[in-house]
Order: sequence, then C-alpha cells, then structure tokens
Amino acid sequence: MKILVAIKQVPVRDSPLVTGASGRWIEEAGLSFEINEPDAYALEEALQLKEKHGGEVVALCAGPARAQQAIREALAKGADRAIHIEAEDLGAFDTLGIARLLAEAARPENPDLILTGLQSDDLGYGQTGVVLAELMGLPHSTIIMQVDVVNKEGGGASIRVKRELEDGWFQHIAMPLPAVLTIQSGINKLRYATLMGIKRAKTKEIRRVSAPAGEAQSSSMRIEKLYAPEKSRQAQIFEGDPKTAAAKLVEKLKFEARVL
Amino acid sequence: MKILTVLEHQNGRLHRMSWETLAAAQQIGTEVDAALIGNGIGALAQEIASKKVARVYAVEHALLEHYTADGYTAAVEALVRKTNPALVLFPHTYQTRDYAPKLATRFDRSLISDAIAARADVHIGGSPVFVRQFFQGKLNGDIRLEGPGPHFVSLQAGAWRADALESGSAVIETFTPELNASQIRQAPEAPFRESARAVDLTAAEIIVSVGRGIGDKDKIPVVEELARALGAELAASRPICDAGWLPMERQVGSSGQTVSPKMYVAVGISGAIQHLVGMKGSKTIVAINKDANAPIFEVADYGIVGDLFEVVPALAEEIRKAKA
Repeated sequence: MKILVAIKQVPVRDSPLVTGASGRWIEEAGLSFEINEPDAYALEEALQLKEKHGGEVVALCAGPARAQQAIREALAKGADRAIHIEAEDLGAFDTLGIARLLAEAARPENPDLILTGLQSDDLGYGQTGVVLAELMGLPHSTIIMQVDVVNKEGGGASIRVKRELEDGWFQHIAMPLPAVLTIQSGINKLRYATLMGIKRAKTKEIRRVSAPAGEAQSSSMRIEKLYAPEKSRQAQIFEGDPKTAAAKLVEKLKFEARVL
Repeated sequence: MKILTVLEHQNGRLHRMSWETLAAAQQIGTEVDAALIGNGIGALAQEIASKKVARVYAVEHALLEHYTADGYTAAVEALVRKTNPALVLFPHTYQTRDYAPKLATRFDRSLISDAIAARADVHIGGSPVFVRQFFQGKLNGDIRLEGPGPHFVSLQAGAWRADALESGSAVIETFTPELNASQIRQAPEAPFRESARAVDLTAAEIIVSVGRGIGDKDKIPVVEELARALGAELAASRPICDAGWLPMERQVGSSGQTVSPKMYVAVGISGAIQHLVGMKGSKTIVAINKDANAPIFEVADYGIVGDLFEVVPALAEEIRKAKA
C-alpha cells in the first residue's frame, strides 16, 4: 500500500501569541514550531498500516523553509520519503487553495490511501482532508478512530473504518480504495523517533515543488483581522502566593458563589 | 440576503443545534429557507414549518435514508443550484464537518467553519463578515466573504440562541434530487456505543476536571485529592483520556459528556473550544492555569494563575479547613 500523509507545521502548543504587523496573522518571530498533533496521529496510523500490510509512507507538507524540521521528524519516525511544497506565505491561501496545492502534488503519486489530521491547531478549519478528497475525486470519511484494510489489492481494494460521532457514539463505514481519511487524536500511541531513525532520515528523499505564487489563491474568503477575544465573563483572578490565593478563592466560593 | 439553512436530524428528532442555525438565519437574512435531508421526514419538516421561514424543503430520496458524505453532498448541491441562495448556513456538527467542505468545493468556495458571530455589516448589503476562533480559541478572526454567493458557513454550538427563534407558518416543498447508488461510495453501518457509561458526569453537582497541564499520569492524584476535598466527580479533557491517564467515560467536551454542574473546576485545562462546549453551561466555573491568556479564563468566574502543583494542594487544604 502506498500511503500519503499530509502534515502541517504549527506553533508549539501554549506558545504566547500576538497579532503581527499586518493585523491579519500572528507574529511568528521567536516562535517554535511542531507537527500539528492530529497530523502526528495520522502519520503514526500510516506507519502502523505499513508495518501490517507493507508498502510505502510518503509525507506531504506545504509550508515555508522552517517546515523542513517537521518533514525531517516525519522521516525520522519512519516515513520513507517526503514531498515539500514550498510556500513562503501559507496565509495567502485559504482551505481550498491549500488543498489544491496538496492535490496537485498528490495526484502523480497515485496513493492507495491519504491520511491527515482532522484539523490543525492553528487555523482549525478542519476541512483540508475533505476538500482534498473532493479535488482528487476520492471517497472520504472524517474523525476516524480505527482503520482496517479489508482488501489491499486490485479493483476490490477497500477499507472499513470506525468513525466518531457525537456524544460517545461511533459508526463503522466501508469504502473502496483509494480514499482519504481524517484521523482523530488518540487513535493510536505516538512513537518517538529513534537515534537510528534520525540518522536514516538524513539520507531520505525530500522532493521539493514550489507553490505557484498568487494564482492558486481562492478569493471566496479572507481573514480581515486577528485579535484577542473579548471576555464573555469577567473572571475574578486571585493573586499572591498559592496559599493566599487559595484562601481568597475559597472565601468567594463560600460566601459569593455559595457552592461550598 | 437570501439564506438557505441545512438542518440536521437523528433518530427521528431534530438536532438541537438546528434551531440555533435557524435563529441565526432569521437574524442575518431577509429571506430564510430551511432544508432537511432524509427519507420519510415529513413530520420533522412540519415541525420546522411552524417557524418563521419562507419555505421548508423536504429533500427526500431512498438513498438518503442513512447519512453518507457522497449522498448528502449531491443532494444539497442540487438544492443550492435550484434555489440559488447567497448564503448557506449549517450547524457545526460532526455531520456537517464530514460533508459541507466537499459541498463548498463544488461551488469553488471555502467553507467558513465553526463561526461564533456575524458582524454588523452583514446586514447592510456589503460582503458578510463572520467571526471564528483561531489557535484553539486564543485569538478571534474576522473573515470576510468575497465574490458572489453562494457562500457556506457553519455555526458553533451555543453561539446563537435557539430561544430567539420566531414562529410562523411556512410552505413545505418536497425536493427529490437525482441520485443513483453508484454515486455513493461510503457504506455506513448502524451507529453504536462502546459500552454503557459507568460514570454519569451529568448528575454530578461538582466536577474537578484535569487537562494537559498535569503533564504526567503519576500526577493525577494531585487533582484527585482536590476532588475528594470538594466531594466532586473527577473528569478530564480529551488529551488526558486519549493518553489513557483517565478512562474515556470521564471525558468532558464535544466528543465526551456535556455537563452543567453547580461548580466546575478546570485544572491545567487551556480551554480549547471542543472542551468549552462541554462545560460552559456550568453555574460557577473556576480555572487554575499557568497561562493567564488561556481561553479557559474567558468563561471562568474565578481564577488562579499559577503552578497547579502548588495551587491545587493549597486549595484542597483551604477547602478542608472551610468545611471543617
């Protein structure tokens, strides 16, 4: 099986974020970046499927030069090779624009399966995998908790997946291959890159393609302004050493909120 | 502005978020239509027709009996092409997430997912601006829709109030899209639950909930001690359950349980929207987090910014004193 995994590099969780000079995106200077967590689970699922069924795992990543680090990490964990779509300013593309870049790079690979995380921790649109499937004319399913390959060869190749629904419900869905799945965090246990893996990654192929400047941009939506949200409730914050703050909080809980 | 709302149902009932979507459309649009997709959904269409909408489209076909991304996309695409709305609104449910991006792609559009508000200029004929959250709720963004419609927007749970819904009397029109079985590639099986829930968090009066900030499974007893002091049920955000540090049945959030206890104490939980939708209805919310900018403080009534490993034991101690 040839499995393509679309990964994205996002700011490290809990990074302090401020709006940049444009007012439309964050100030990236000084931030550290990592593989988007749901994408890390998608990569792990691809590696496990390869271990079970054989084949190849190809990491696919659109992003500026810094995204190399995420690609190297994917290779160190076990991806066989990677495709880096070099795009300096991802902010210039909306979901459809990004998915078009990915689709163009993915098409000549003729993968059996494409996996990606269910959403990104930065934009959080949660759509890239679904749009990619539509652009490539493939069936898809989202928020997947389990992937079983029913038949991996030829015209009858198919999978059966477990999809998460709301409020603790699940559903199995069968579909033919090739297909696109968006993977839910927690589907598997993430592995760490081994020293040997990190060493091997250095010799693995990274094919670079450049994103067409401007022309792939979709014009149906635009981030106009990015800003700190207004607070819907005004929290009373207690300060001082932990003991003092805790004592003040308990007093409020007892006499104001009356919950103790 | 002409709006088509695509409502949702399951197990013979309308999804509660359907009413919120309809209420939002009434506030934003000048002409509002509603659509419901399925097979044998006449009674539910009647229910919608008692609200202030122009038309209710009952989109019916034997192949729409069970939800599939391919079937729903084809059906709604046909209806949008026929009715030509400027805006198509959806409740931001798991089902919408599964097919609405595919539908928008057919119209060369990007879906604006999980919107929390519409800006005022949405009313004055200009291009609409919707607000949505970025970076797990740390920042908000205004998004302007550009170019001609139809545009596609899904609305976050609880962002518009269903009780603002106006009543009326609408015409029901049955719409039968052309579908054939070969178009639908997904074969869905019946939904199921893993096991009966042993823990019913919805019955708890006080909940102490733990998130990523705890850092390590071995540290869970720190919050257990606080829960004991308060006589509270212990709960967790998704990553804690994913990691197996607490069982899945203790998860609060969009994929876990939705709770509204007398008091909810969030320890080391940053407050991603998937968690907030499961607990923001709590009467009193207390947040303990090291990051003063964590979104959890936006819904909290009381907060302590600090190291949970110092604050939580101190708090447990003070609570024991207060109760003694």
